[in-house]
Amino acid sequence: MSDTPNNPSTKGILGKHGIIERSATLLMVLSLLVVTIGGVVEIAPLFYLENTIEDVEGMRPYTPLELTGRDVYVREGCYVCHSQMIRPMRDEVDRYGHYSLAAESMYDHPHQWGSKRTGPDVARVGGRYSDGWHVDHLMDPQSVVPESIMPKYAFLASTRIDGAHVEDLVRTHRLVGVPYSDEMVENARLDFRAQADPDSDFDGLLERYGDTALVRNFDGQPELTEMDALIAYLQMLGTLVDFTTFTPDASR
Amino acid sequence: MSDPNGKKPVDDVTGTETTGHEWDGIEELNNPLPRWWLWCFYLTIIWGVGYTIAYPAWPMINGATEGLLGFSTRGEVTRDINAFREASAARDAQLVDADLTTLASTNPDLHRYAVSSGAAVFRNNCSQCHGSGAAGGKGYPNLLDDDWLWGGSHEAIAFTVRHGIRNETDDDARYSQMPAYGEFMEETEIAGLVEYVRSLSGMEYDAAMAEAVSETFADNCAACHGDAGMGDREQGAPNLTDAIWLYGGDRETLTETITYSRFGVMPPWGPPRLSEAQVQAVATYVHQLGGGETEAPAN
Repeated sequence: MSDTPNNPSTKGILGKHGIIERSATLLMVLSLLVVTIGGVVEIAPLFYLENTIEDVEGMRPYTPLELTGRDVYVREGCYVCHSQMIRPMRDEVDRYGHYSLAAESMYDHPHQWGSKRTGPDVARVGGRYSDGWHVDHLMDPQSVVPESIMPKYAFLASTRIDGAHVEDLVRTHRLVGVPYSDEMVENARLDFRAQADPDSDFDGLLERYGDTALVRNFDGQPELTEMDALIAYLQMLGTLVDFTTFTPDASR
Repeated sequence: MSDPNGKKPVDDVTGTETTGHEWDGIEELNNPLPRWWLWCFYLTIIWGVGYTIAYPAWPMINGATEGLLGFSTRGEVTRDINAFREASAARDAQLVDADLTTLASTNPDLHRYAVSSGAAVFRNNCSQCHGSGAAGGKGYPNLLDDDWLWGGSHEAIAFTVRHGIRNETDDDARYSQMPAYGEFMEETEIAGLVEYVRSLSGMEYDAAMAEAVSETFADNCAACHGDAGMGDREQGAPNLTDAIWLYGGDRETLTETITYSRFGVMPPWGPPRLSEAQVQAVATYVHQLGGGETEAPAN
């Protein structure tokens, strides 16, 4: 048995691994080298590639009201039960619509992909239901979907918001890379109010954010509430990219 | 420690070479790895290399290698979807052109297909408002009964599904708007109208109050709801003489309805959201739930 041909000490360079295994410093240096190669291969291209996200027409920064609604969405932990990520599988596309594109969450900081679907995916919930349904549903989900186990969020309709800090919010998102223009930042509070009031002068809002910015009294109440903001956000979800004209890059 | 001659010490009991390590008199045998294990290990390396050649893997300057098999998640899902689309393409095409009113008798097979695929479409897209059993709820019409706001023929149902009601996205959406009478009527007048409306459907009511506003009803309400309160489907004005209420027939709800009006919205479901065949299918499904009409009766 002592002369077994597999005896590691008898086989050329492959037999030399004992040297590495016996020297902690050498092992560490070489491990670091291997990890560095892996890191360089994965990370280095990101420094010279302009953008790893495919160019998609229609994506725009969220309006101040939508952004505020998004904050409500995050605060209430909606992402704990609802994902915003339609995976490229037939059953998902059949149920929710076109699979999600990376570009569709590029202005999300942080993204709301989620990882759990106690409730349905909401990546394309925009335009699927009426504002009235959203109000009914958020006030008392069981009134419209008896089998639902979603909690009630009626307090959103009585929580008024005045957008006192919305400019800061927009500014913060600009800081982390969302391309808000100076004009968007300056008019943040104006746009914030205009979007929930169809009687207001909302031309500036549409000029800045385009026709996909919906101007409606989302919650049906005269006051501007968190309900308005959340519904404005939900009704926008998944509607920015026009999929009748979008051709996906097949190699992704 | 290996000895100066380069010879590894050998364990006397087993006759196997040891690693030279020794802990309190216990030495570690230096047995080679089992061959089967070693070969499996080499195989995984070979497999790994082959895999990165066959599938997209290696990062390059502008993207990654595409892989010999040309696989992509997007290609896969498109192929998947197309396979199912092609499988039902013939029947879908038939369904788009079919005359739904006679479909059940002329082509029972296609009718069955329409009903079952329509049921799937309904459960996914319509049940959130109209209920999974289509019985509706407050503000969301019950589709099981024979009371229709905008018409219960195949054609009318398909139109409603396709364009929706009072939405801003579809220019052909059905549209009407009841005035909020609270803005220009006295509370007593509205209270009277509540009694009048209740009288129409045979509910308990205050005759004197109802009588007092009969002219008000004729002036303000009859234009849409009809002189006798039978409703008008052209304007989606509900029939007030039946016992079916969209929002409720109790005094409180009726007062609210007349004072603030109602504005039920349904989104448009026509292409691109649903395909034309799916619209036809779901219309067929809703029609056969119980209240479908063969032709629109004269109002």
